Amino acid sequence: MEHYINLFIQAAFIDNMALSFFLGMCTFLAVSKKVSTSFGLGIAVIVVMMLAVPINQLIYVNVLAPGALAWAGMADLDISYLQLITFIGVIAALVQILEMFLERYIPTLYQSLGIFLPLLTVNCAIFAGVIFMANRDYNLAESTVFAAGSAVGWAVAIVLLAGLRERMKFNAIPEGLQGIGITFITTGLMALGFMSFAGITL
Amino acid sequence: MSRSTSTKDILTSPIFANNPVAMQVLGVCSALAVSNSMQTALVMTLAVTFVLVFSNLIISTIRNFIPNSVRIIAQMTVIASLVIIVDMVLQDVAYELSKQLSVFVSLIITNCIIMGRAEAFAMKYPPHLAFVDAVGNAMGYGVILLGVAFVRELLGRGSLFGHEIFTTVANDGWYLPNEMFTLPPSAFFLIGVMIWAINVVQRKRG
Repeated sequence: MEHYINLFIQAAFIDNMALSFFLGMCTFLAVSKKVSTSFGLGIAVIVVMMLAVPINQLIYVNVLAPGALAWAGMADLDISYLQLITFIGVIAALVQILEMFLERYIPTLYQSLGIFLPLLTVNCAIFAGVIFMANRDYNLAESTVFAAGSAVGWAVAIVLLAGLRERMKFNAIPEGLQGIGITFITTGLMALGFMSFAGITL
Repeated sequence: MSRSTSTKDILTSPIFANNPVAMQVLGVCSALAVSNSMQTALVMTLAVTFVLVFSNLIISTIRNFIPNSVRIIAQMTVIASLVIIVDMVLQDVAYELSKQLSVFVSLIITNCIIMGRAEAFAMKYPPHLAFVDAVGNAMGYGVILLGVAFVRELLGRGSLFGHEIFTTVANDGWYLPNEMFTLPPSAFFLIGVMIWAINVVQRKRG
């Protein structure tokens, strides 16, 4: 159990997807003007990530990894070079299915998440989560915990940034720096803050 | 962008005025993560240029055959195949370097510049214009990436491309490297300042 708690904390804070690896930055910077919308996006990332990483883990271990097709009598086959194209296909399909499912069965949630879902296909945080899973050889339980940790960490980071940006609306910022310029610098300061987690070893 | 825009405009506007990284906030992830040395930044720029040019060319060539409802998947397939080629070539030619770039080569697939150009430009214009547009945007990406990497490597380690420019204190020199520039957050500050500079220059001119 302790192993999984460590993995979660490590993924959420020390290896924070947004502020230590700078992944999912396009959406991170673009959709962080209001706390409420970034909260919605954070939830969407958590949902998609927790589906995409374990599903891709199953596909990777049972089909793509070297020698994985032994059960089909093709033990020598190594098709791991197809992993990138498979992963992105699975993510794109998953997002599409999730969108249709929500629209049909949970319309209220679809109303609040709907606009963000298509964006998530090209969110590098999710894709990177899947690649990290494959590189680090996580098993199914580990990959679920890892996905939860990194997605929660990403969501926390975007909500924090949105909070800061809401406050900054009333500050006098030099003209050329307004908008995206000051957002970059704020994110840099946040990343510096998150680096204080780096000394922690679990 | 209207039909009348000249080829030259398509090429030059993404370099500063409409820079994909600084002005449209696309493809930021990799720009931040691989910009701590000139070498990785250069390789990354070349990789992105290759993928961007060919994806724009291919998608623009087949744009009339792609049904609208599956265009995202079709674009993704083209881009992912190109990235696999780059990844494999890099692992063969420069294994050490590919280790340093780690997942960021694979992440070119989700680099929003490439998707963005495919969606916004290659789907609407003929191949030769799409090619020019890709070169322009790749140059815009490269300018920011190499600019940030130049400052970070020079101030963070006193070197450029691994060659020593400022003799550091560790080698009996005078320059005390500023460790902060080797850390990732400095890239945010540098890009923020670059955006400021571009904005100020543009306002003066226009």
